[in-house]
Amino acid sequence: MTNAAMSGTYLGEGSGPRAWLLTTDHKRVAWLYLVSLTAFFFLGGAMAVLMRIELATPAGDLVSDDVYNRLFSLHGIIMVWFFLVPSIPASLGNFLLPLMIGARDLAFPRLNLASWYVFISGSLFALFAVVAGGVDTGWTFYTPLSTLYANGWVSTAAFGVFIVGFSTIMTGINFIVTVHTLRAPGLTWFRLPIFVWTLYATSLVMVLATPVLAASLILIVLERVFGIGIFNPALGGDPLLFQHLFWFYSHPAVYIMILPGMGVVSEVLPCFSRRPLFGYKAVAMSSIAIAVFGFLVWGHHMFVSGQSAYAGVVFSFLSFCVAIPSAIKVFNWSLTLRKGEISFETPMLYALFFLALFTFGGLAGLFLASLAVDVHVHDTYFVIAHFHYIMVGGMVTAYMAGLHFWWPKMTGRMYSETAGRIAATVTFIGFNLTFFPQYVLGFDGMPRRYHTYPPEFQFWNVLSSAGAVVLAIGYLMPLFYLGWSLFRGARAPDNPWNATGLEWQTGSPPPPHNFETMPVVTRPAYAYDMKGLEHERFSPHREEAAG
Amino acid sequence: MSFGIPFFPQEASSEAGRIDALFYTLLAFSAVLGLALAGLVVGYAVKYRVGSKADRTGKRSRSLPLEMSWTIASLVIAFIFFGWGAALFVRRDHPPADALEISGLGKQWMWEFRQPGGQREINELHVPVGKAVVVSLAAQDVIHSFYVPAFRIKQDAVPGRTTHIWFIATQPGRYHLFCAQYCGTQHSEMGGWVIAMAPEQYAAWLNSQGEGETLAASGEKLFRALGCSGCHGASSKVRAPSLDGIFGRPVALDNQQTVIADERYLRDSILNPKKEVAAGYEPHMPSFDGLIDEGELQMLLAYLKALSPQPTAGARQ
Repeated sequence: MTNAAMSGTYLGEGSGPRAWLLTTDHKRVAWLYLVSLTAFFFLGGAMAVLMRIELATPAGDLVSDDVYNRLFSLHGIIMVWFFLVPSIPASLGNFLLPLMIGARDLAFPRLNLASWYVFISGSLFALFAVVAGGVDTGWTFYTPLSTLYANGWVSTAAFGVFIVGFSTIMTGINFIVTVHTLRAPGLTWFRLPIFVWTLYATSLVMVLATPVLAASLILIVLERVFGIGIFNPALGGDPLLFQHLFWFYSHPAVYIMILPGMGVVSEVLPCFSRRPLFGYKAVAMSSIAIAVFGFLVWGHHMFVSGQSAYAGVVFSFLSFCVAIPSAIKVFNWSLTLRKGEISFETPMLYALFFLALFTFGGLAGLFLASLAVDVHVHDTYFVIAHFHYIMVGGMVTAYMAGLHFWWPKMTGRMYSETAGRIAATVTFIGFNLTFFPQYVLGFDGMPRRYHTYPPEFQFWNVLSSAGAVVLAIGYLMPLFYLGWSLFRGARAPDNPWNATGLEWQTGSPPPPHNFETMPVVTRPAYAYDMKGLEHERFSPHREEAAG
Repeated sequence: MSFGIPFFPQEASSEAGRIDALFYTLLAFSAVLGLALAGLVVGYAVKYRVGSKADRTGKRSRSLPLEMSWTIASLVIAFIFFGWGAALFVRRDHPPADALEISGLGKQWMWEFRQPGGQREINELHVPVGKAVVVSLAAQDVIHSFYVPAFRIKQDAVPGRTTHIWFIATQPGRYHLFCAQYCGTQHSEMGGWVIAMAPEQYAAWLNSQGEGETLAASGEKLFRALGCSGCHGASSKVRAPSLDGIFGRPVALDNQQTVIADERYLRDSILNPKKEVAAGYEPHMPSFDGLIDEGELQMLLAYLKALSPQPTAGARQ
C-alpha cells in the first residue's frame, strides 16, 4: 500500500506503531482486534487439528491423556472467549457500526481502545497458563474437578477469562450508547440495518450476562486458593451451583456469538439478490427475542445433572421457544431470494453456506431440546457436532462472508474472486466432512472429551479427521489471497457491490472521520427495489482495463 | 449390518425403542424440512440467477399471512416435540416398584457396583434381562456420569448427593458403560461393560460370586463401629432419636419446619448434623465428615433404609 493512494483515508493517518497502538479511530481499533483474533483463531484451530489427528486411531498414540485434555480445554477457552465472543462485534462491528449509522466514531473512542488492551492483557494472562503447564478442566471449568482435583493452572486461566470479560462489557456498553445516541438524521430504529440490530441485541447480552461469568470464575479462584466452600460439598457447597452460574452466562454467550453472524447474512443476502430483506421487522424483533429468551434456557445443559426433572421440563419448553425466532429468520432469509437477481460472489457463497449449515445445526438443536433424546446424546459427539454447526458452520462462515463483503471497504482493495469462491467451497466441503460424522458418532454413543475410544467408532472418526485437514486448508487460503490483495489487489471503488448501506456511501477506505458531510437517511434499509440501484456491478477486470 | 460401519446404536432396554421412535421422528421431520428449504433456496438461486428470463413480477418483501402461518406452524411443531420428549423423560423419575436395587459409586477412574446380595464388581455390572434395575449413584471425588448408550440412559453421579437411574434390559449381551462427564486425566478409560443375562444365568452368576455381605449388613457393622448405636440404639442413655422406620418419614425440626427423611436429609445429618436438628433433641451429634468415605456413607444409608419396612420409590427424590 503506498501512502499516496491512501492519503485522505484513515489508512493514511500514520503507519508507525504509535499511530496504530494509540489510535482512538474505531476503524483502526477494529484492525487491532482483527489481527489478534486471527492469531487466536489459528492457535485454537491448530489444537483442534492435533486432536483430530490423535482421534484418527482408537488408541492414544500421538499425545498422552494429559496433553489431550489440555488440548481440548485450551481449544475451547481460546475459541470461545478469545475468538468467537469478540469476533464479529469487535472486528467487523467495531469497523462498521459508526459507518452504518452515519457517525464519526463510537460514542466512547478511548473506551474502545482500552477494551482492546484489556482483551490483550487477559488473553496473554491465559496464554501464560498454557505455556506454564496448561489447564485440564475443559472450557467449562466444572466443579469440583476444577476446584479440588485439576492439576493445571486453573486459577491463572480463569483469571485471564475474567479479565477478558471486562473488555466484552466495555464493547457492549459502547455499542449500546452509540446506537442510541449517534444515529444520523432520519435513521429511525426501523431503518437500521439488521447488522446494527444484532450488534445491539448482542451488546445487551454482553452487558447483562458477562458479570455472572466474572462472579462464577472469581468464586472458583476463591475456593481453589482460599478454600472457601462454595461448590465443594464437604464444605457445605453444591457442585451444581457452579453449573447454574456458568450456563447462566454461557448459554446467552452462544447468542452473543451467533447473533452478529445472523446480522452479517442479513446484509449479504439482500445485496446479492438485489431484493429487500424479507420480513425486516420480524427479523429485527426475532433478534431481540433471541437475546431475551437466551437468558431463560441455561438449565438445558443440565438435564442429566441431578437437577429436578420438573425443572428439566420447564427448561425444555423454553428451549423450544427460543428455536422459533431462529426458524423465522431462516424462512425470511430464504424468501429474500425470491424474484431477485441473484449472483454468486464470494460473500454470497459464504452466506448461502451459512444458511445451510445454520439450519442443519439448528435442527439438531430440536433433538437436544427434546428431553428424552437429550438424555442419550448429552455429552456425546452429537452435542459437539450441533454446536460446531452453529458456531463454526454458522458463526465463522458468517464472519468469512462479512470479511469478504466489507474487505474492499476496509482496505480499499479487491481480492481474487476465483480464490475466494474456491476457499468458500473448500470450507463448506471440509466442514461437513468434519462434523457430519460426529452426529452419527454421538447417536452411536461416543462420549465427548475422549482421548481413546472403542474401535467400532473408528470409521466415522477417520472421516472426521480427514475433513479437518480439508477444513484447515479452506481457512488458510484466505490468509494468502487476502494478504496478497492488501498489496496487489485492484483498487476498490466506493461501492463495489452496489449495496445500499450508509457505509458504502463514503470512500473505500473511508476518511478518518468517516463522512465528509453528515448523511441524511430517507429510505428504509435494503432499498434494493428502488430506482437508482438497478443491477450494475464492479468488475475488477473492467476497472483494470479502464485504468 | 452395513459392512461393519455403525450407523445406528443397538436398542437393548425397554426405553430405547420409545426414545428412538422420537429420535427417528425428529430425524424424518428434519430431513423433510431441510430438503424443502434446500430445494427452495437452490431453486430460487437457479431460477432467479442474474440474467435469467424468469418472471419477476409480483415481488413482495413481506406477507403477514405467510409470516404468521410459519410462526404458528413452528410453534405447534415445537410443542409437539416438547410434549413427547417431556412425557418420556418424566418416566425416568418413576422406576417400577419391584426394581432390583444396585448401588454404584464413581471415582477417578472406575465404577464400583454392589449387588443387592452384596457381591461387588469393578467396571462391570451384571443385570438380569426383563427385570427393572435401579442404580443409585454416588461420586467419591468429582462428577461422573453413568452412560449406557444401548439403553439410552445417562445420569450424572454428583459428590454430596445420591442420584438414580433405572432401566429394564431387554436383550442379553455386553454393552458399553461409559463415563460421560469429563472427570480428569483418564476420563476416557473410565468405563466397562454392563452384562445383561437371562434371569437364571444371572442367578447362577450371583451364586458363583459367593454370598457377599449386603450393603445394609456392612452398614449395620459400621453403625456399631462408629458408635452410632451408642446414642441412637434403643438402650441408649444419651437422648437421640430412634432411627427405626426413619426413611421416608416426616421429621419435625427444632426450627418449626418439617422435612422428609430422604437420602439427602440422612446424608446431611451424618456429615453436617447441626444443619437440621430434630425437634426436642440437643445438637450433641458430631460430624462424620472426613471420617467416612462415600462408599461407607452408602452402606450407612442402605442400613437406615433397611430399618424402614417399605421404602417407596416416590420417596427417593
